[in-house]
Amino acid sequence: MLKTFAELNFPGRLIAVEGLDGSGKSTQIYLLKRWLELQGHKVYFSEWNSSEIVKAATSKGKKRELLSPTTFSLIHATDFADRYERHLVPLLRAGYLVLCDRYIFTAYARDTVRGCPPEWVRGVYNFAALPDLTFFFKASLEVSLNRILDGRPQLKYFEAGMDLRLSTDPYESFRIFQGRILEQYLAMSAEFKFTVIDANQSVEDQQNLVRDLLSDRIDLGKFKGNGVYPARASTPRRNKWKQELVEE
Amino acid sequence: METGISRGIARTQTKRILVPRPSQRRFYGYGIPGVDVNKLAGKLIVVEGADGSGRSTQIAKLVDWLEECGHGTVQVGLKRSTLVSAELEEAQQGNILSHTTLSLFYATDFADQLENIIIPALRAGFMVLADRYIYTLMARDIVRGMDEQWVKNVYSIALVPDAVFYLNVSPEELVQRNVAKSAALDYWESGMDIGLSRDIFDSFLQYQRLMAEQFQRMQTTYGFTIVDGHRSVTEIYADLQKQIELVLNKPA
Repeated sequence: MLKTFAELNFPGRLIAVEGLDGSGKSTQIYLLKRWLELQGHKVYFSEWNSSEIVKAATSKGKKRELLSPTTFSLIHATDFADRYERHLVPLLRAGYLVLCDRYIFTAYARDTVRGCPPEWVRGVYNFAALPDLTFFFKASLEVSLNRILDGRPQLKYFEAGMDLRLSTDPYESFRIFQGRILEQYLAMSAEFKFTVIDANQSVEDQQNLVRDLLSDRIDLGKFKGNGVYPARASTPRRNKWKQELVEE
Repeated sequence: METGISRGIARTQTKRILVPRPSQRRFYGYGIPGVDVNKLAGKLIVVEGADGSGRSTQIAKLVDWLEECGHGTVQVGLKRSTLVSAELEEAQQGNILSHTTLSLFYATDFADQLENIIIPALRAGFMVLADRYIYTLMARDIVRGMDEQWVKNVYSIALVPDAVFYLNVSPEELVQRNVAKSAALDYWESGMDIGLSRDIFDSFLQYQRLMAEQFQRMQTTYGFTIVDGHRSVTEIYADLQKQIELVLNKPA
């Protein structure tokens, strides 16, 4: 049974956000990070699929459409492991609030939709402890899709789930793929105690709620810093509009 | 009385090329989604052993022999995937990856070759010769303190080979062969990343002993053939040939 960082007696705490592309979770975690650091807390931010070392291989695999469900899963696990072992764990041991834009649940959902056995995927990631708090931004499928698809962006092969052969139309494929991912998220919501945020609300209302919930669950007073922050990878990309909203 | 024509087409005695019977094939565990193992007609033969155990020499001889016999062959090995081999090599040069990351990087490399080379080749009825397989990867991980159940789960995607030969050579002999070949001991083959000793020579001996222990231990689970690698190239080759013949003739 996986444990949280608090249960493992780490001085730091890990807060993760999960949700569909276009659910607004990146905006929310960005605002949360800004608030925490301006309050003088020790904060570190880490994004899914952002390990410097693994990135070259992942982007090559995606560009050339070389990835199968198994290698897609393993290469993202490699990326995660690198960030986990080199950044997340040391910072959590150093008593930081670590904010993660996507965590293992993203892999659970995506890899399972791609056809990997769920037990295998969970096994691959079981070196990682659970977040102390997971916000799930639950927007209706239509709202998420519209946020992404309004501008008719160029959808990339894997992000549209084209490898699943759901439809020859990338937009239709993306819709079906996102719908299945949403089903996966909802199915694990209770098991992993997701704190569900209604992502159809305004940015401000959601941020109010997120700040309140965080202050409620975590004693923020313990995370006062000296105003110096780890420089690398600490700032989420701002204003990711339209096509850039789609991750992977 | 023989006619001129019949003499003209008299040919050298050709042995009929034997068509191996398909094996009962399975994955160790979860396998690769969507792959029908019953359609994999070829044979998967693995040669395991440390650097300097004679793996490459034996594989080269086996390939010549199998091709002479009329079998299509394909070779695979660690760190040879299109997907990540270059990136993995680069990351290793800097030695900045931690164990889980390195382990998953190797698993990605293996999975890519499994899906894009091994499985298609077996489907086409080829003999696949693997210069190392998941056992080296698992032994390396376990020696580095990774959780064995975790490692087994990761590699449960692998196909069970038709034969696995482990060329067993003592660490002392491996030292001799490695320095004779390259006048140095390899950093990773000496397990220098684990910190067994700051002295590469001591570290090499200790590390190779630990690896050999893991192979001995795995032998019971995975049932591979331990081959005495101290003998001459010819003797080992004859031994491998004999056992591979059995695999080729094995009834389903």
